[in-house]
Amino acid sequence: MSGTRLSSGGLIDRARRIDFNFDGRSMHGFGGDTLASALLANGTGIVGRSFKYHRPRGVWGGWFDEPNAIFSVRTPKGSLPNVLGTTTALAPGMDIRSVNAWPNAGFDVKGGLDLFSPWLKAGFYYKTFMKPDWHLFEPMIRRMAGLGTLEPDMVEGYTADQVHAQCDLLVVGGGAAGLAAAEAAARQGKTVWLVEDHDTLGGGLYRMGDRIEGLQPTDWVAARKAAIEDAGGRILTHTTAFGVFDHRLYGLARQSAVDVAPTLYRLRAKECLLASGAIDRPVTFGNNDLPGIMSLEAGLEYLGRYGVRVGNAIAIAANHAQAASAAARLSEAGAKVSLFDPAKGDLAASGRRGVKALRQGKRAEAVDCVLASAGWTPVLHLWRHAGGKLRWDEALATFLPAEAPAGMRAIGAANGTFDLDQALAEARAFAMGEPYSQATTRFTLTPTLPKPGAKGRQWIDFQHDVTLKDIELAERENYVSVEHLKRYTTLSMASDQGKTSNIPGLAAMAALTGKTIPEVGTTTFRPPFVPVPLALYHGHHGGQNFRPLKRLALENVHRSSGAALGEYGGWLRPAWYGDRPGPEAAQSEARMVRDAGGILDASPLGKIEVMGPDAEAFVNFVYYNTMKTLKPGFLRYGFLLTERGVIFDDGVVFRMGPNRFVISSSSSHAEGVTGMLESWRQDGNDPDRIFVHDTTNHWSTVTVTGPKARDVTRSLGLDVDLSADAFPHMTFRETVWRDVALRIARVSFTGEVSFEISVPASSAKALWTALADAGRPLGVRPMGIEALSILRAEKGFIIIGKDTDGETMPHDLGFTLPRTKKPTTFVGDRGLHTDAANDPDRRQLVGLSAIGDTPLPTGAHLIDGTDRRSFGIVTSSYMSPNVNRPIALGLVERGTQRMGETVTLFHLGQTYQATLTSPVAFDREGARIHA
Amino acid sequence: MQVLPCPFCGPRSEGEFHFAAETGKTRPDTTRDVSAEKWAAYLFDQTNEKGVTREIWIHLPCAEVFVMSRDSVTMDVLGTETLRKLPT
Ligand SMILES: [Zn+2]
Repeated sequence: MSGTRLSSGGLIDRARRIDFNFDGRSMHGFGGDTLASALLANGTGIVGRSFKYHRPRGVWGGWFDEPNAIFSVRTPKGSLPNVLGTTTALAPGMDIRSVNAWPNAGFDVKGGLDLFSPWLKAGFYYKTFMKPDWHLFEPMIRRMAGLGTLEPDMVEGYTADQVHAQCDLLVVGGGAAGLAAAEAAARQGKTVWLVEDHDTLGGGLYRMGDRIEGLQPTDWVAARKAAIEDAGGRILTHTTAFGVFDHRLYGLARQSAVDVAPTLYRLRAKECLLASGAIDRPVTFGNNDLPGIMSLEAGLEYLGRYGVRVGNAIAIAANHAQAASAAARLSEAGAKVSLFDPAKGDLAASGRRGVKALRQGKRAEAVDCVLASAGWTPVLHLWRHAGGKLRWDEALATFLPAEAPAGMRAIGAANGTFDLDQALAEARAFAMGEPYSQATTRFTLTPTLPKPGAKGRQWIDFQHDVTLKDIELAERENYVSVEHLKRYTTLSMASDQGKTSNIPGLAAMAALTGKTIPEVGTTTFRPPFVPVPLALYHGHHGGQNFRPLKRLALENVHRSSGAALGEYGGWLRPAWYGDRPGPEAAQSEARMVRDAGGILDASPLGKIEVMGPDAEAFVNFVYYNTMKTLKPGFLRYGFLLTERGVIFDDGVVFRMGPNRFVISSSSSHAEGVTGMLESWRQDGNDPDRIFVHDTTNHWSTVTVTGPKARDVTRSLGLDVDLSADAFPHMTFRETVWRDVALRIARVSFTGEVSFEISVPASSAKALWTALADAGRPLGVRPMGIEALSILRAEKGFIIIGKDTDGETMPHDLGFTLPRTKKPTTFVGDRGLHTDAANDPDRRQLVGLSAIGDTPLPTGAHLIDGTDRRSFGIVTSSYMSPNVNRPIALGLVERGTQRMGETVTLFHLGQTYQATLTSPVAFDREGARIHA
Repeated sequence: MQVLPCPFCGPRSEGEFHFAAETGKTRPDTTRDVSAEKWAAYLFDQTNEKGVTREIWIHLPCAEVFVMSRDSVTMDVLGTETLRKLPT
């Protein structure tokens, strides 16, 4: 093949020279070139190797239908694998490498694979490499197959902007039909968006270069563009409509350069006109994959857009009306052109590294290029995404739009309207909502479909190396359903997703099975229409923004106090304080609390108000525990269950008054609990008699805990008697401190005397500072969550979701009374009496005392050496600085009946011994909490 | 991404909503004996209608719980009903 750049013609800017390298050779192109057009202009024939047989491959298509020209590209920003050469703009300094070829496309050491092709037919992976184990072969196959490699300097981590927008009419495709439609609609006053994936508007107008409505193509396009924009329309070039989603959502990817993040437009369009055009169907003939064999449309595109004549001696193998005019156009550009009608007999190409001749019967022409077209295939991917139907048209030998999806119509070549004048009339009529009946086309063809049983190899899917013989084999082995055919042969599964191979493949299967093509059917079309980077979808919703952290009002105070911050249940919280290793700090803080005391930011604890005349009955209904007997001024610990009886959350309930409660959910569950309360409130109760309001973020909560907690709290000077008799455990008081509301509760998660003090978040800093100042001389200092975790485990207090799982019920934790005694209904009541709930082998909460000095691994399984299964798990495990030995909690089958037993645990290949004990390891009498 | 109508806020993006349940279930009266079969049906049985379905959804930002009718094949939203009592 010998492509040549012509001295004039095309849309390229010959004044802007662009230097680049291809497989180590210096070349140059011009502004407006794609990688493919620049390579063709430099006479490059082989651009890569095929996926399976490593056959030499050249450029086949002119745009998104290209199966072969896929490259690794390095730009000043880094490297990019799998860049489609036909749609990517050439940029200065690009280093382009062919993929799937080593050391380069012209000489491939694995090219010898082609000699073994009889053993590499369809299904060969499945048949050959199953014994003894596919995984033995997989790494070798992956190395040899596959496309580009990931380089360490890959361009990644960029953030795609995401724009949400809406319009009356979206026109997809900026060719003649799309431009005419957008202009007509915009002039009518509609909000119109026009998207075109090329940089330049005009679609196929440059191929033949004919005048349109009396103007040169460039002038006609410029006039339409100006008219659309004058009427308020918006035109996005270099933008691909890659998918249609529910409720008329269109995904648009706008690219500026190959190494720059594209922009995602999520466009809601009331109506859509699909003017996506049509692509050439390949002609299936012997050795039709040789470099130099291209689509006719591509040959004309390279001439019309890029000023590249793709060959000197060109054979046109086309079965339709455009063949003769295309021949004239190429002759005018200086090529020697011969015409072949594929309908008149089998074709066969010959050559090794490129096509040398085309034969039909006794006729043979020496050529360096074959331009083939078996007709035009409308591009209807978006039509199918939206749910539109297709019909097979015998005369045009292709699928055309049938029943339209809601809000979409196809116009121009996408609708099978291949004549330019008719396409313009249709586009303008549809844009203005006027009727239009399709006129008789002048585009005639003799259907030419693959003929099974031919000699030699005829390629159906160029990129995945699927030949006609592979489809014959699939049929013989009864993989006749299109979905089976696709997966067995990998037909249409390459990165071009079958844009060229689909119809030839279906037609071959139809011929083999004696069915019609519509009976064989098509596979499902799914977004994206062309590959888009995953970064496009997530945009800025990555990393920490994927799920933004909840932040404490006191975060800056903690930072200046030297806190190490970590994520706990979605909140960024102090893990420990001070510049020392975490485990050491946690041990020291946990000891400090039992010796003197600690100050903890407990603000994430839920504070959900439940108010109204039915509040008491409602809280009593949603809680496992009886709450209606709770008196104002008192708190009660309890569980919220699912209807299955499984624990959903735990926490304390404050009774503020006869008709008002505050539910203090666990720290990470405020939203979940609010949602559960709202569901029961609105669906099953009278929502006008109960109000639920989450005030978690309105209040900050500081907990002072430890033997000296009362002394520290006293420093606030509250008008509350803090003595144990006047203010007992599980009660609270409301008062005013420095002119703001303050709520102080005696409730403890450490087992020590604790005061949980809540003020409006705006006063959090004042409260924290006052308590920290008062605590310092007493040895009472800030503590983090890591120390709290140890302290609560010493007392056998659970954390929901850590020490419980999706099966745990309250009676598994020893909270048995409401299950049998609560007189009123509650959420989950019946679920607590199923066969599973009554199973004597249920897992129950236990303590585990490790034998030896090393804490048990969290997650270790109890084993018994006989039955190969888990009998329980370690849910929490720490070194306890207060009992001076490892402690652990776990869920163990029949655990409460097995106290004192020595058990074996298994974790990552190691075994451990432990004794089952009470979950409470420290202060078993519970005297300290009441002090 | 669908556009779903909250009876309180109007049309909003699908991501703001949670599906809660199919409509038509009534909580069995647990003050009386409820058979295991009946309880299991209440917890787990779904009709999973193809075509027109009535479902309970929650709009998370405003916490409105409401009934939505939609077509599970075409994804068309057919309408919503509030669970609130209408003023008398
Ligand atoms: Zn709402």
